[in-house]
Amino acid sequence: MTVALEVENLHVVIADTDVDIVDEVSFSLTPGQILGLVGESGSGKTTVGLAILGHCRRGVRFAGGAVRIAGEDVLAKSDVELRSMRGRVVSYVPQDPASALNPAVRIETQLSETLAAHEDANGDARGRLHEMLAEVLLPQDREFLRRYPHQLSGGQQQRVALAMAFANRPRVIVLDEPTTGLDVTTQAHVLATVRDLCEAHGVAAVYVSHDLAVVANLASRVAVMYAGRVVETGPTQTLFLRAAHPYTRRLIEAIPELSGAHALIGIPGTAPRPGHRPPGCSFAPRCAFMQPTCQLAFPPRETVVVGHEVRCYRHDVVLQESLAARPVATPPPHVRAEEGLVAVRRIQASHGAHQVLFDVELLVRPHECVALVGESGSGKTTLARCIAGLHASYEGEIAFRGAPLAAGSRARTRETRRYIQYVFQSPYSSLNPRKTIEQIIGQPLRLFFDVGGSEARRRMVETLETVQLGASVLDRYPHHLSGGERQRVAIARALVAEPQLLICDEVTSALDVSVQAAIVDLLAELQRELGLGLLFVTHNLALIRTLAQEVAVMSDGRIVERGLVERVLDSPSAEYTRKLLSDTPSLEAAMAAAG
Amino acid sequence: MTDQAIALDAPAVRRQRPWVILLRATWGQTRTKVGVVIVLALVAVAGVGPFFAPYAPDAPVQRAHGEYALPFEPPSSAALLGTDNIGRDVLSRFLWGGRSVLALAALSTLLGAVLGIAVGLLAAYSRGLLDEVVMRTMDVVLAFPQLVFALVLVATVGPSLALMVFAVGITTMPRVARVTRGAALEVVERDYVRAAEGIGVPRRRILFGEILPNITSPLVVEVTLRLTFNIAVIAALSFLGFGLQPPAADWGLMVNENRQGLLVGQPWGVVMPVLAIGLLTIGTSLIGDGFSRAAIGIEGGRGRT
Repeated sequence: MTVALEVENLHVVIADTDVDIVDEVSFSLTPGQILGLVGESGSGKTTVGLAILGHCRRGVRFAGGAVRIAGEDVLAKSDVELRSMRGRVVSYVPQDPASALNPAVRIETQLSETLAAHEDANGDARGRLHEMLAEVLLPQDREFLRRYPHQLSGGQQQRVALAMAFANRPRVIVLDEPTTGLDVTTQAHVLATVRDLCEAHGVAAVYVSHDLAVVANLASRVAVMYAGRVVETGPTQTLFLRAAHPYTRRLIEAIPELSGAHALIGIPGTAPRPGHRPPGCSFAPRCAFMQPTCQLAFPPRETVVVGHEVRCYRHDVVLQESLAARPVATPPPHVRAEEGLVAVRRIQASHGAHQVLFDVELLVRPHECVALVGESGSGKTTLARCIAGLHASYEGEIAFRGAPLAAGSRARTRETRRYIQYVFQSPYSSLNPRKTIEQIIGQPLRLFFDVGGSEARRRMVETLETVQLGASVLDRYPHHLSGGERQRVAIARALVAEPQLLICDEVTSALDVSVQAAIVDLLAELQRELGLGLLFVTHNLALIRTLAQEVAVMSDGRIVERGLVERVLDSPSAEYTRKLLSDTPSLEAAMAAAG
Repeated sequence: MTDQAIALDAPAVRRQRPWVILLRATWGQTRTKVGVVIVLALVAVAGVGPFFAPYAPDAPVQRAHGEYALPFEPPSSAALLGTDNIGRDVLSRFLWGGRSVLALAALSTLLGAVLGIAVGLLAAYSRGLLDEVVMRTMDVVLAFPQLVFALVLVATVGPSLALMVFAVGITTMPRVARVTRGAALEVVERDYVRAAEGIGVPRRRILFGEILPNITSPLVVEVTLRLTFNIAVIAALSFLGFGLQPPAADWGLMVNENRQGLLVGQPWGVVMPVLAIGLLTIGTSLIGDGFSRAAIGIEGGRGRT
């Protein structure tokens, strides 16, 4: 069979220091095949993706290896040759389509530019344009073509980017987390489109992602990257059913499943940054299978079965441990209190003239976790913010322990402000970059308890320990911490106020899968131990089984279904819930479908 | 699960406070060093110069035999830089005359910066009607050229140092307010501001504790630039006679008094104050430039991790 793309011993370094970013990366693809390139942030997966286009980011250079597309080495080409290749032979779909499309140019112009840039015979340009749009299931009418990118939804923008990438029938296409910012339903559509187009036109695709569940449903081969190297590669099923590298196993264990049969387990520690990688196997410091030899040299490639390669000295031991023997999840305890902690009655809320919540009712009892599930734009964040007092323009009533709450945190009493705490989606923007962690966590302490000095410090350290951070972070600034650590600090800031209700708004969506698992695990434990009421807002249904007792599903500003988690997940009554469930990418389902 | 302690392996060097890194990067540039040397030298001249002045600022130069010197005498042993338009020592008046320019420029810039930052923060944070009213008022003030506005004010009320500081300060305010508001608009949207609101941090503390520290870089650049301009404006106002009144010594005033000296071959009464004012503005703008370059470098290099 012909080879569409061959990457051989790719080596990329930081230009001045020669520190490795990516090393010894090799794989090859046949036409029509999709490779999933998987890894946590900082693993070098995007660097590899860009290298396939002959591109490297500023301050980074290629130090060796080859990237061959149809036999020609991309890395050896000049800038001019590369420019003529890109879009025609190899193309790219970025993570954020909004930044890849020119905001001031109509869709029609952008699409035809892609065609014109490479086609000499400008035959039936209009026909081709319609064909392109049809391929990605977008409307082809004039009205649509005359729109600007900001007039399209995120999913439509990503489809336009896909249409542009496939326009000139490239041999290879690189997709860099193209569905990360999209809803599950939109994601399912975009993935199906990618799969169909690759198959129909024999395009080899490299799909870069941190989400194993997505990759399992799309790719025929998977390469797992860790700290700049491919640690395991093989056919998708083999890899997920018989993962031979400890890291791959930990990644699989960190994936939330709709069935909720397994406990979510995060990977302790953080991946080493370039320049701080240990001399031996870079996963050794976090590995349960580690033995002294692991610290001497990076393990060589070893073949488990044909097509399944792994770089681990102990893969035979790893393989003996069955994946099925994963720890079983402890189901959330059933606590039934009569009185509600927070009761939302017939809330109507709007952003300016646009109404986002219609007659919403919600009840959170003490010691209970309620999951609020919905896609972006469903109004779930607005509802959460109404309860927290961050969104003041609503009608209806929110009661806390039977007493109605004022709209807006400023109008509330100090006590109610303290009892209801909110954790934001992105820890990158919820912590003031100019304050130390001590100042950040100390603020609620001063406001709510008027404590300072050694007593404040004692409470801060105590709270940091409950979120598994140490006193050593106190004098650091947020940018010294990783995403997961920052989110722990944000949770600590909420906990230090000793709340009765904790509202978590998509707290894991900005984080890697392995970190997400650790945070969800932490929240579940905190809820059990501290007896918190928890409102867990998420778009990911797979996350809630291990955490919540009740779930409310939102769509277009209304709650379409409400009930016990098992009931809703196992026998959903609303059409929308069924759709959401079927669109949620699942590793188990992908494996089951494959046999 | 508690054994999953998070490894914090950030090297110790990276634990410095952000502004220490910024100031170090500012100081690391030659332009900043040159600027600081110039400004310090001139501040020293203005500050301690009077203690070394051979004459009182309003005293006539007397030669060894007791007779008074003539106007516009060239440099001599009695007057190292010659005499001015009524026979006083140019060097002494130069050494005495820096205080007023520096003090007035610094005070008026301080006034304008404090008002402008407060107004800009309030406008950005409150949005809506208050924002509109405040910023359109600023635009009205901004519509007058700084010097013209000050002239109108001083001409109607009469020359007074306090008024001059007020006039220059008020015209500095809208410029600082605009920059503050522009930089703060992005910051007020951040979740950490929401977080502070949620737990009931007082408005004043949100403005100055949460928002202000995140926009210091553009503000420092802007305020240094305003100081540079204000030095020139204050000097110009003194030149026009609205500042210190004769016989007091003042660099701006000196230039006016000694204009004729240029025609009769005694340029020092003009050259010295002009040189000093020119160097001062160059010095402050070099420092501001160094800072803004450092701020861009640091801001650009700070990734997500």
